[in-house]
Amino acid sequence: MIEIRNLHKQFGEKVVIDDVSAVMEAGKANLIIGASGSGKTVFIKCLVGLFEPDGGEILYNGQNFTSMEDDQRKELRQQIGMLFQGSALFDSQTVEQNVMFPLDMFTRLSHSEKQKKVNEVLERVNLKDANKKFPAEISGGMKKRVGIARAIVLNPKYLFCDEPNSGLDPQTSLVIDKLIYEVTKEFNMTTVINTHDMNSVMEIGDHIIYMYQGIKEWEGSNKEIIYSKSQKLNDFIFASEFLKDVKAIRALEAEGKIQGNTPGLSK
Amino acid sequence: MTVFNHFGRYLLMIKGMFTKPENWRMYWKELMKQCSDIGIGSLGIVVVVALFIGAVSTLQTAYQLVSNLIPKSTIAQIVRDTVILEFAPTITCIVLAGVVGSKIASELGNMRVSEQIDALEIMGINTKAYLIMPKILASFLMIPILVIIAGVLGIWGGRMAGILSGILSPEEFEEGLLSGFQPFNVTFALAKAYTFAFIISSIPAYFGYFVQGGALEIGKASTTAVVTSCIMILFADYILAALLL
Repeated sequence: MIEIRNLHKQFGEKVVIDDVSAVMEAGKANLIIGASGSGKTVFIKCLVGLFEPDGGEILYNGQNFTSMEDDQRKELRQQIGMLFQGSALFDSQTVEQNVMFPLDMFTRLSHSEKQKKVNEVLERVNLKDANKKFPAEISGGMKKRVGIARAIVLNPKYLFCDEPNSGLDPQTSLVIDKLIYEVTKEFNMTTVINTHDMNSVMEIGDHIIYMYQGIKEWEGSNKEIIYSKSQKLNDFIFASEFLKDVKAIRALEAEGKIQGNTPGLSK
Repeated sequence: MTVFNHFGRYLLMIKGMFTKPENWRMYWKELMKQCSDIGIGSLGIVVVVALFIGAVSTLQTAYQLVSNLIPKSTIAQIVRDTVILEFAPTITCIVLAGVVGSKIASELGNMRVSEQIDALEIMGINTKAYLIMPKILASFLMIPILVIIAGVLGIWGGRMAGILSGILSPEEFEEGLLSGFQPFNVTFALAKAYTFAFIISSIPAYFGYFVQGGALEIGKASTTAVVTSCIMILFADYILAALLL
């Protein structure tokens, strides 16, 4: 579980995160959503320590991350996996070497044990035949899967995903979402996902935080989001005409004027 | 950012490298990789530059020494001392600032921009220690060796040019080569090599590590790194000459 208390971050005079508090529970996909520039990436980078917050506290299972010594942070970070927007795979290493890197660095396993673990993880993300390929030789979706494999190879307690669907087609996005969701449940990880993909929100959003100009504007689940009364959130999620239509149909269904299941959104 | 900001951040970067490695074997592997990249990767250009500099210095020295009162072996003496004192360490290192410096800056810059450095940080790795320290150590190990190779090949190139053009005989060249030799000159050349090795590796590492932006900024950082390294090499060259000679 990650508990965030009154998080504050500013660059110069510009306040990017303003007094945000939230609890990210284990075994759940916690989504941070919001428009570009709303502070999502800064928020997630504060959580993992890539940015130092100017105020507030971040607690990992009760341990205060913000006031930790470097050595303690290093130890904690071995329980953290992160999938980056651009996958951040090491260009000069093969898929197998990328996934093996955390094992090489932090474990004393024999080469055959490491190889076994890498094969298991790559199989878990449905990448069996790409071991010897370099990142430049595989597709965007495959890179994301390698990124996930590298992030979970040390069995972390916390998984962070920065826009896991960016640059992917809708079908591949669904595969990646499903994969992240499955590993979250399987390993009972606290997963924090930063996205603005509404498909992801509706598919895997156990717990959603909507950020608006650095402020937590709304919090809830994918079951509640389309019924939200927040105008800012509605402007964000119903930006497309299609979704507006879906919302109108939902309203008619709720009033009993029409019957049936609206495609595209799960209630 | 002012020069003082850059200098302060550069010093903090150097300080940040000195932590206990997370895994000695992985650091050793990285050091060996960097030794191969910096040493073997630059050997070809160093050989070519050294041979031609030695050859040209023989021809130009002979061109300027027109008096019959000066023995021809003096040409070899002058070539030996200029190659050892200046050409082998300074010219080689200026060339290496371009070859090695741009590679270090662009490699680290690309890692920064594509979030590979962030990925290592998240894993709990001290990226300054893991990415920069091996490059500086590898430069300390390989650049003096490259300077020695450049010195030897420079003198040999000078000898070959002298003999092939009929300026002086092999005996005259060897006589000049051995007369009035001061071993301190080699020490001085190595002192320069170590100083320049630090400049060539740490300055481009600084510009690459702190890149912000995209591909354009990586290119700019690489250029700034090479230019700054060259200026610092020439500045250090003057300081060392003033202090040690």
